[in-house]
Amino acid sequence: MSATATDMPLPKARIRPGRILLWTVLFIGGMLMITPLLFMFSTSLKTAGQVYDLRLIPESPTLANYVQLLTENGFLRWFVNSTIVAICVTASNCFFDSLVGYTLAKFRFRGRQFVFIAILSTLMIPTEMLVIPWYLMSANFGWLDSYWGIMFPGMMTGFGTFLMKQFFETVPDDFLEAARIDGLNEFTIWWKIAMPLVTPALSALAIFTFLGNWTAFFWPLIVTTSKELYTLPIGLTSFAVEQQVQWEKIMTGAALATIPTLVVFLLLQRFIVRGVMLAGLKG
Amino acid sequence: MATIELKSLVKSYGRTEVIHSIDLEVPDGEFVVFVGPSGCGKSTTLRMIAGLEEVSGGEVRIGGRLVNEVDPKARNIAMVFQNYAIYPHMSVRQNIAFGLYTSKMSKEEKNAKVEDAAQMLDLTNLLDRRPSALSGGQRQRVAIGRAMVRDPAAFLFDEPLSNLDAQLRAQMRIEIKALHQRLGTTIAYVTHDQVEAMTMADRIVVMKDGHILQAAPPMEIYDNPVDVFTARFIGTPSMNILPARQTGAGMELAEGAPAVLAGLRPADLRVGETPQSGGMVLSGTVTAVEPLGPETLVHFETGGHAVIGSAPGHEIPAIGSTVTAVTAPGKVHLFDPETEKATGRA
Repeated sequence: MSATATDMPLPKARIRPGRILLWTVLFIGGMLMITPLLFMFSTSLKTAGQVYDLRLIPESPTLANYVQLLTENGFLRWFVNSTIVAICVTASNCFFDSLVGYTLAKFRFRGRQFVFIAILSTLMIPTEMLVIPWYLMSANFGWLDSYWGIMFPGMMTGFGTFLMKQFFETVPDDFLEAARIDGLNEFTIWWKIAMPLVTPALSALAIFTFLGNWTAFFWPLIVTTSKELYTLPIGLTSFAVEQQVQWEKIMTGAALATIPTLVVFLLLQRFIVRGVMLAGLKG
Repeated sequence: MATIELKSLVKSYGRTEVIHSIDLEVPDGEFVVFVGPSGCGKSTTLRMIAGLEEVSGGEVRIGGRLVNEVDPKARNIAMVFQNYAIYPHMSVRQNIAFGLYTSKMSKEEKNAKVEDAAQMLDLTNLLDRRPSALSGGQRQRVAIGRAMVRDPAAFLFDEPLSNLDAQLRAQMRIEIKALHQRLGTTIAYVTHDQVEAMTMADRIVVMKDGHILQAAPPMEIYDNPVDVFTARFIGTPSMNILPARQTGAGMELAEGAPAVLAGLRPADLRVGETPQSGGMVLSGTVTAVEPLGPETLVHFETGGHAVIGSAPGHEIPAIGSTVTAVTAPGKVHLFDPETEKATGRA
């Protein structure tokens, strides 16, 4: 019998020193990133007395913190608040940023460049500088301590508009002109033709916005006063009171709070990676 | 079906005029092909007919109706684009049906129209596929299908075959031509490929720098081009243009300021034939040969000019050899050296 391909000796894979160095650096980087998460989960399984025992695997792991958090303290309410805020702001961004981005990318009108630069310049203003005007606005319009008060500053962003504009520019005009000849109005062309063609960018925008709002701390802390309107990050700080920080509760809350972000990431990751690569963003 | 009329049509971008008052009448059911080099204004003209570009001056009439201010959707035309413009997120069926998106037809009627178009274009088996799973030719047929289902008054094609390979292009040329014969709808077709223009058109409109140089049936343009540009643009290989002067019975190559420009189609410049009275005789050294099967193109140099002639298929001259090429009387096109306008034949 003649020798088959499987009989042939496999060529020895050569591992280059550069590769080993690369893997070592990546391993260290990976460990640095994952260790806090591991400690977060580990601490959430400990009792208050075991918190400062820094062993990764708790001596007697317990789910008591989870049970307590999910049944007491208004944690579920904060979770729902965060979900409402993050979903509303994400939906609003996906809609309005895309609409404005599309208009700036595909229509020629007087002042277009000025509008674009004005929107872009908002990216250069630090949030800390905007908080006072936002607060005064909220106070004047009666939006303090309300969902709308938490959400309004993020309903449309310069970053999202810029991102979507860049993507819409890559959509060939032929698609839009073909639809125009087929009799569609401009809104339907945007919704039916242009939007499906920028799904990667839309997904990237959705996840950035969702994550940003899910973890938002500064503005919700300022604008909310009643415990019922706290978002998760604000609610979790209530476990740190004078003299005592309930680390096991904070870590349990943080562990639960990572679940939606993980779900969103897992659902959208193929779009996100492509979207981030295409947008030239540094994640 | 409808006529298309352009009257003193002008297009300007700011102060730059790119279409200079052109006039054209396309009768009902005619297949007219706009041809010319890049930037000559052929696509702009088509886009003004479609309503995708504003008209700066003059009139566009479709079916006798002035449509200068009419939206593209209300012009009752359909357009096929160079990049197909079929939507990647929709199936072939959805793409074709999209042409009827705003139609008030019932769903059953729409389905029937889609099925008919798919059958006519041999797309029935592909109706549930996405465009990414189709070849270039199939995609182009989907684009044509989307245009067809609307029963438009006129079809506009903007370089629809440019993205296809040579073999597919030849096949699609025949398919589009057959489609026109079947439907009888007016077609305005833009291309920079003179072979497409020659093979498909009832009438060719040659454009250059925003002007119409000549609008005539293909063989009329081939036989009687109005100027040097048209003469060289239509016909492959291009017509040889040489400085010449008249002799007693025929023409000869001229040195210095020419009395006339002589245009010789390579097909009419026969290598190896016996010279006869009249016409033009050229001798030179062979620089390259292109055997094409039925004939051989012979590139030779004479009096410092590169010339292309043709020889019978199996008579392939050696490179470096001297050949004599002959043009029969009446086959030499004459052009004015200054205006480059045709002045007759010799």
